Amino acid sequence: MSGEPEVHEEFEARLKAYEGRPAAATGVGRDPVNEPMIRHWCEAMGDTGPAYTGPDAIAPPTMLQAWTMAGLTRRPERTAAYDELLALLDGSGHHAVVATDCEQEYLRPLRPGDEITFDSVIESVSGRKTTKLGAGYFVTTRTDVRAGGELAGTHRFRILKYAPAHRSSKPAERRPRPVVNRDNAGFWEGVARHALLIQRCTACATLRFPWLPGCTSCGSPDWDTVEASGEGTVYSYVVLHHPPFPAFEPPYAVGLIELAEGVRVISNVVGVPYDEVRIGMPVRLEFRPYDDELVLPVFRGVTP
Amino acid sequence: MKAGDRLPPLEIPITRTLIVAGAIASRDYQDVHHDPDLARQKGSPDIFMNILTTNGLVGRYITDHFGPRAELRRVAIRLGAPNHPGDTMVLTGTVEEVDGDTATVRVVGANGLGDHVTGTVTVRVPA
Repeated sequence: MSGEPEVHEEFEARLKAYEGRPAAATGVGRDPVNEPMIRHWCEAMGDTGPAYTGPDAIAPPTMLQAWTMAGLTRRPERTAAYDELLALLDGSGHHAVVATDCEQEYLRPLRPGDEITFDSVIESVSGRKTTKLGAGYFVTTRTDVRAGGELAGTHRFRILKYAPAHRSSKPAERRPRPVVNRDNAGFWEGVARHALLIQRCTACATLRFPWLPGCTSCGSPDWDTVEASGEGTVYSYVVLHHPPFPAFEPPYAVGLIELAEGVRVISNVVGVPYDEVRIGMPVRLEFRPYDDELVLPVFRGVTP
Repeated sequence: MKAGDRLPPLEIPITRTLIVAGAIASRDYQDVHHDPDLARQKGSPDIFMNILTTNGLVGRYITDHFGPRAELRRVAIRLGAPNHPGDTMVLTGTVEEVDGDTATVRVVGANGLGDHVTGTVTVRVPA
């Protein structure tokens, strides 16, 4: 929705037009006031009040609204006006709802067997309000609850229809952690200080990557390291479209990078659109933090 | 009872069971009161207590204190910080005004995030 004030004003005028219109007409309680629902309520609330049990039991007065609730089914008594008002709010991005205020007056106790009817009116629609939850509109309805046709209580209810301020459509997923063991610990220690280390056989000077306990050329177990300059080219690559693993957002390019030193490393190619990665493209090493703990070497495409 | 009287506090552990049981007992099937995933999609870190349960707990707090003859006449509450599982809400009350056998009590229910509920209850306690 636009943030322009004049747009809000026009929208608010449309919302205001619903004030005074019925929200529910001749609603009928799904069940008469009854002992099982009273018992469930008292158990949930931990309410052991003696007035709610026995032959002369009354329903807890605060259950007033519960007798009017539709439950899992839609309310047939809800008016087109109220549906329209909610649809208008939903359609403008204010799809979340939270109840904020409730004001009940009890005129006479409700007892098992009482048949409930109710009418509800849209009392007011607020101007646009910014709240911690997000910006939105307060809608207040007032309901008269009758038992056997006699007014038993009134109920004013305010909801906030809002656009969530910080939407997290899915919880943040963390990238999988690398397996660190005695053979490759030196490599990850290097990464932690933003150095890509390549093993070098101290017997025959052959460079090797990934890290291994012995030289693949002469078999010697002795080695030291050299730090990669960071220059390389795309030797080969794939673009992943599917499946979408948690913490990864396809499509993305994974490159087999030939470093200037001659060894090849697999990692993401970043900084260029996934469909513009090409074999032979020059890349440069960089270290990218993914969360508080994880830093990984990636390769940025160098556009000529 | 007289103006200025303080009601002893009532501690209510906010369990997942209480939130869900209260939602079902009040026939409130809004997903944010029972489904953590959908609650998160709507920007909440977890499910949270519905207003009908809060209302019921406030009513209980008053009738527990004033005894079996107490009749609730009016309960008006406003919600603030949500009641999430794992929190504790402490209800406190102060008698603001007494008119014959009827008292107006100011109620606050505070949790780890702040005031979950503030409101007033009018209760009649016949002699």
